[in-house]
Amino acid sequence: MKFDKPATTNPIDQLKVVGKPTDRIDGPLKTTGTAPYAYERHDVASDQAYGYIVGSAIAKGRINAVDLAAAKAAPGVIEIVTWQNAGPLGKSKSHTAKLLAGPEIEHYDQAIAIVVAETFEQARAAARMVRIDYARAPGRFDLDAQIKSAPPVGEDSGEGSHSPPIARHGDFDGAFAAAPVKLDAVYRTPDQSHAMMEPHATIAAWEGDKLTLWTSNQMIAWGVRDLAQTLMIPKEKVRLVSPYIGGGFGSKLWVRADALMAALGARAAKRPVKVALARAQIMNNTTHRPATVQHIRLGATKDGKLTAIAHESWSGDLPGGGPETAPSQTKLIYAGANRLIATRLATLDLPEGNAMRAPGEAPGMMALEVAMDEMAEKLGMDPVAFRILNDTQVDPMKPERRYSMRNMTGCLKLGAEKFGWAKRNPKPGQMRDGNWLVGMGVAAGFRNNITTKSAARVRIDDKGGIVVETDMTDIGTGSYTIIAQTAAEVMGVPLDQVKVTLGDSSFPEAAGSGGQWGAANSTAGVYAACMKLREAVAAKLGFNSADAAFTGGRVTSGNRSATLADAAGSSAEDGIEYGDLGKTYQQSTFAGHFVEVGVDAWTGTVRVRRMLAVCAAGRIINPKSARSQVIGAMTMGVGAALMEHAVVDKRFGFFVNHDLAGYEVPVHADIPHQEVIFLDETDPIAGPLKAKGVGELGICGVGGAVANAIYNATGVRVRDYPITLDKLIDKLPAMA
Amino acid sequence: MHGPGEVEVSRRGLLVGGAASVAAGAVSAPADAQRAPAAPKPAMAKVSFEVNGRRQSLEVDTRTTLLDALREHLKLTGSKKGCDQGQCGACTVIVDGRRINSCLSLAVMHEGDRITTVEGLGTPDKLHPMQAAFVRHDGYQCGYCTPGQICSAVSVLEEIRAGIPSHVSADLTAAPALTAAEMRERMSGNICRCGAYSNIIEAMADVAGAKA
Repeated sequence: MKFDKPATTNPIDQLKVVGKPTDRIDGPLKTTGTAPYAYERHDVASDQAYGYIVGSAIAKGRINAVDLAAAKAAPGVIEIVTWQNAGPLGKSKSHTAKLLAGPEIEHYDQAIAIVVAETFEQARAAARMVRIDYARAPGRFDLDAQIKSAPPVGEDSGEGSHSPPIARHGDFDGAFAAAPVKLDAVYRTPDQSHAMMEPHATIAAWEGDKLTLWTSNQMIAWGVRDLAQTLMIPKEKVRLVSPYIGGGFGSKLWVRADALMAALGARAAKRPVKVALARAQIMNNTTHRPATVQHIRLGATKDGKLTAIAHESWSGDLPGGGPETAPSQTKLIYAGANRLIATRLATLDLPEGNAMRAPGEAPGMMALEVAMDEMAEKLGMDPVAFRILNDTQVDPMKPERRYSMRNMTGCLKLGAEKFGWAKRNPKPGQMRDGNWLVGMGVAAGFRNNITTKSAARVRIDDKGGIVVETDMTDIGTGSYTIIAQTAAEVMGVPLDQVKVTLGDSSFPEAAGSGGQWGAANSTAGVYAACMKLREAVAAKLGFNSADAAFTGGRVTSGNRSATLADAAGSSAEDGIEYGDLGKTYQQSTFAGHFVEVGVDAWTGTVRVRRMLAVCAAGRIINPKSARSQVIGAMTMGVGAALMEHAVVDKRFGFFVNHDLAGYEVPVHADIPHQEVIFLDETDPIAGPLKAKGVGELGICGVGGAVANAIYNATGVRVRDYPITLDKLIDKLPAMA
Repeated sequence: MHGPGEVEVSRRGLLVGGAASVAAGAVSAPADAQRAPAAPKPAMAKVSFEVNGRRQSLEVDTRTTLLDALREHLKLTGSKKGCDQGQCGACTVIVDGRRINSCLSLAVMHEGDRITTVEGLGTPDKLHPMQAAFVRHDGYQCGYCTPGQICSAVSVLEEIRAGIPSHVSADLTAAPALTAAEMRERMSGNICRCGAYSNIIEAMADVAGAKA
């Protein structure tokens, strides 16, 4: 189905199932521990051996020699694979560094061997007996030292975030020089880690030259492509199965070392092999969100109209890698005639930088929305009113492009009203609650909506139920449920009459999970397939498809009526493909984030007391799981603002705090009750469901709102995330 | 901790004395690495315990954690391995009425114990009230931390009822109250990266008959 004109009234608009807060259909499995994750598939292949990956102990250099004698002699060891006996390997464009190193080492904990043994304990013990003689080379590990020589490098994150090397609109320099009110500030965000709860894991089994991987992956078709390229085998020979994924946040967009090493280990051992990355390997072996240095300059008239906006960002990555696209939203979010956007990329020999939930906007908004708060204060304006004054309904750098729908102003206004923003004292350090300095902060939320093709196969089973098959994934996003809702709505059956099967590369290729594109596109693909199925059903029943009504498990046409079971066996495969609406219109999602914090006046301890997000993201297919997406993203945003920091050892080039004790993420005690309000809207330009993405919107801006609340509470402006108490304690107001 | 990496780092750290510059050079393996004495055979031991009401007898490598005994030997994969080092709580099970991190406990330490895993609380067709509340309040997203959250949540309500104080209990001798603060504090060993915390506390409050 081609979607090249705005949607009109269609079966989704019945809203019998779509749009209703719905318990997840996979909930009973997940809550009873019966949803099978990758490492747990005892059922799929017999005689599974265990693999354990050995990672490089140096960040850069080469391996002089490998001594496997002790490891090979260890009890239970079946095979050991290194680059020396792995056979020829290619490298897909998705991977900056090789998944299997040797003899060259590109980063710390890069995989250099897999030890395959009869048991996990034996594989782990033998992995520690692998002796490597390294020649360490000097590396570049300090972003601050490298940014001076960083050239402009643009990037399309492939996740809806695009940042040019250098882009100018109007005359920024002249407008900034002439502006009566100016802000010029530098912000820093640190390296961050996805820290999803399920480690990367794979079971690999070869049947002749055919490889099947039960793995944990967000993008099934990408995984097939990249693994086939790496193993240099036809992609038809690779099958990926990933029905349940224990979180990804971008770290499982591409297959990682667990998948390749399991495949190599299984080929060598001539047995299925299961591998999981140890928790302490994940942060240095896999990808992370790169640290940024962001220089923002704002110029405005005295009455608060922005006239000059510059956002320049520096980040680093391995040779051949890409930048964090932190200035992306600054092209679009606020009005203003004169603009400069720049992205520069340093070379670093740290582990590979790549996408983490809302790459670009997540760290970019943490800087921009604090700059907006600072500017509002300089102007003596309320920060909500300042943002509303500078709203735009067009792409400011291409004014002929309108937003398909944009109600950021509505989000901010409703949020201010519901949060009690009027009670905020604009003068910092004035609100007290016992020993707590209390403050409120606001930020806008902004993240683009991506349209991308997505397909599905649907059929009617013997009982008149609907079976949906697509390689779409559910990484906790609620895909199972919204796909079932879509099929139920279009086919006119109750939700429990729909069976959804996901995450298998033998199914039609779907949008996959990334860049908050999963929900709107995968349901659009299922919609397309179901519309085609309606035609097949009508044809089978001899009905005129144009006037056939699908309700209550029945098909009615004129005075004729049949059950769906009468059309059992009917099937259809189709997908959604988009025309130019994504180009002719700017499609984005919007939020107003409101946060109240308490800062202990004696210790500087920050506690988040209240949080509210008001979101405008088109039709919300399942308000229950969409709300969970937003509160989850708000939670990760609190982590980014207050604690998350992958600390670089600049001598040896690795993340030091590479586990869940050292890399702190929010826990229960850090997160208060959270409120989310969705504006009631539909965006017919976005797709047939009139829905947009929402999974990343919740993290975009919320960190800035936390920072602004801390400033309002204390009068201390911290521009270097995370805002830990050591950055506050010697600057807090004197206690009476 | 994993493998020789960390050991190497600390040794090198001492060698360079914290200097900012890193000289290129060989990091040598220990001199005796080539001799490769055969590693001793793994020590095996028999252990019997009760899991979800069923008696289980296993012979395991003594290095096997309770978590791996459940997941790999008994194929009860409801208990999850998130970190294998006691930092995330995904492996939480209930042993003789108390929740523990099963990854930090060797299987052979549990002779005669009564172990309850998430599979023992309820089934998809007959959910435990806490499991049903998690579904109702959407107290999960990816589902990987969920079994541990649920085992902890069931235990936390028991601990509060039993009068066991926590870090946030104002009075260590008074009965702790069923407040959101008490529940959040006691649940803080169970990380949920998807960020379902607000919903999990509502699910627990629902089961406990308290206000979130």
